[in-house]
Amino acid sequence: MRSRTIKVDMLARVEGEGGLFVKIKNRSVVDVKLRIFEPPRFFEAFLRDRDFQEAPDITARICGICPIAYQMSSIHAMESACGVKIEGTLRELRRLLYCGEWIESHALHIYLLHAPDFLGYEDAIRMAKDYPDAVKQGLKLKKIGNDLVTFLGGREIHPINARVGGFYKAPTRKELMALVEPLKWAQEAAVETVKLVATFNFPDFEQDYEFVALRHPDEYPLCEGRLVSNRGLDIDIVDYEKHFEEQHIEHSTSLHSVHIGSGAYHVGPLARYNLNYDRLTPAARRAAETVKLGEVCKNPFKSIIVRSVETVFACEEALRIINQYEPPEKSYIDITPRAGVGYGCTEAPRGILYHRYRIDDSGNIKEAKIVPPTSQNQKIIESDLYQFVKNNMALSNDKLTWLCEQAVRNYDPCISCSCHFLKLHIEQE
Amino acid sequence: MIHKKKPKLAVWKFASCDGCQLSLLDCEEELLAVAGAVEIANFPEASRAVVGRTYDLSLVEGSITTPHDAERIHKVRRASKFLVTIGACATSGGIQALRNFKDVKEFISIVYATPAYIDTLNKSTPISDHVAVDFELRGCPINKYQLVEVLSAFLNGRKPVTPRHSLCIECKLKGNVCVMVAHGIPCLGPVTHAGCGSICPSYARGCYGCFGPKETPNTSALSAQWEKLGSSPISIKRAFRGFNAFADAFRKESELYEK
Repeated sequence: MRSRTIKVDMLARVEGEGGLFVKIKNRSVVDVKLRIFEPPRFFEAFLRDRDFQEAPDITARICGICPIAYQMSSIHAMESACGVKIEGTLRELRRLLYCGEWIESHALHIYLLHAPDFLGYEDAIRMAKDYPDAVKQGLKLKKIGNDLVTFLGGREIHPINARVGGFYKAPTRKELMALVEPLKWAQEAAVETVKLVATFNFPDFEQDYEFVALRHPDEYPLCEGRLVSNRGLDIDIVDYEKHFEEQHIEHSTSLHSVHIGSGAYHVGPLARYNLNYDRLTPAARRAAETVKLGEVCKNPFKSIIVRSVETVFACEEALRIINQYEPPEKSYIDITPRAGVGYGCTEAPRGILYHRYRIDDSGNIKEAKIVPPTSQNQKIIESDLYQFVKNNMALSNDKLTWLCEQAVRNYDPCISCSCHFLKLHIEQE
Repeated sequence: MIHKKKPKLAVWKFASCDGCQLSLLDCEEELLAVAGAVEIANFPEASRAVVGRTYDLSLVEGSITTPHDAERIHKVRRASKFLVTIGACATSGGIQALRNFKDVKEFISIVYATPAYIDTLNKSTPISDHVAVDFELRGCPINKYQLVEVLSAFLNGRKPVTPRHSLCIECKLKGNVCVMVAHGIPCLGPVTHAGCGSICPSYARGCYGCFGPKETPNTSALSAQWEKLGSSPISIKRAFRGFNAFADAFRKESELYEK
């Protein structure tokens, strides 16, 4: 057999619709495509002529898994357009809301979408028959993240409480304190999760990536910071489009993003961790040390460990914010729109999410640009597949196909976000 | 004792954000119980396993926006005994139905550099425009407890209890002070289908209609009230052009405020 095709028409355990196609000819990989056939939804078009205050509600609908990321990036962009910066308690409440999304999204991916690959199950429900305690722990962890989002945001999917300028309603201290005990449990469970996933078998697969993430002077990044990379990039988010561009590729309804001059780059937990290890909270760092993860991790299969470490961070950070919380005098700042361009870039669970809007002096959106994390990772996913298949030609088709799917799932790709659905298809000639 | 085979459940996605099917995974406390009562036979977001080719119950998320999907939905219908749509996209066309009021070609060129690569229909339409639907669950996103109710009703051969009255009833039951009467905040509650638990008014903001129109909504009376509160025609139009813009009652009202 000289030619081989590895093909997954519909990639499972990812958010959205995509597939995968790899073609091998005479023992070399000749084609790799991450196919995205999620139907286009044209958000950037129908945001035109909507009110600036509607952007967080509308863009949340791009993704049911990370709506808060969309709300935070759009809100920060609108505030930057209007020349307003939100500080103090309202800023802390935003971080708190984002921590909730990180906990629920990471727990979903770790336990329900990714762990079954490592343990050899089709899904978490089948895995639960043999690992009931682990799956229950994962579901409870996820629930606590969701409870935090529901409490502060109104509901777990497409929350309604965040707005340009702050929140519609701020919680009382007493209400927030009710979350302390569950979050303490969650932090412990997240530490246990780090230990559990570190025992999995990881393919020996380190790559020399350009990692790109936000970096803040004092915090592990969520909503703010400069954009940095391990190859010397250090820019204000305002300059994002001078350094990165999107290309439209035929096999994808998602636009591929490249770092101008250097090509593919890697965003998400691995990038954040490698560029911000020194900003991790103490318990998160201890958890990483316990399993000897090191300060730099270049194996994408180990992203499951990094996600677990970040879950520890999110619990610890949420607890810090709640313990220091004093309710604001007013839950939002009135913002008068002015004509201008605004930029927002925040760390969605899957990596940086960039928004830019141009608005007029009545607050009407005249132009919108959104670059989700998955379209930024698409090229890296394809290069991982290329390299991984090349290194593992000896494996049977079934085994190789599953591992390729797993390699895609390393990125927790959100194809709905990138517009889009993922499909794996490996062809050999 | 007769062992009945567990009914087979499938979850299908069309143009959507994945949020409604995620609601099933968000039933953290009920998920393993649901998985015990039905066989999850085709649910790509959760599992790579596919069991069989026909299903007792299909949950359909998303709207029809491409020629391929317009054919695929017929295959789903043929493979399903019962077909339930979940969420605003599947039930009314969703936020992407905003294209229905514009020229889609212009939309494509705004987002994509090479429009020839994009295959899309002029309109985003609900599932019921294409195939027979046994039940429609509202919401953007759906309420996960209503989803559990739909599954439970299906398993017990009864009709789901999902009241079609307005959000106002839920607000009153919850003991909320009316945001529109007491604070003058424009609210779509009086014409909006109940189901979310009146979340927005509980957070001091007006309802923005994610569950779509209630039964017999009086949209023009509500618009008149909004005008009295000082809302501009453009903001009334925008309010009805939201996540259920193509639902009949909302579409007609928004068209009255066109220009």
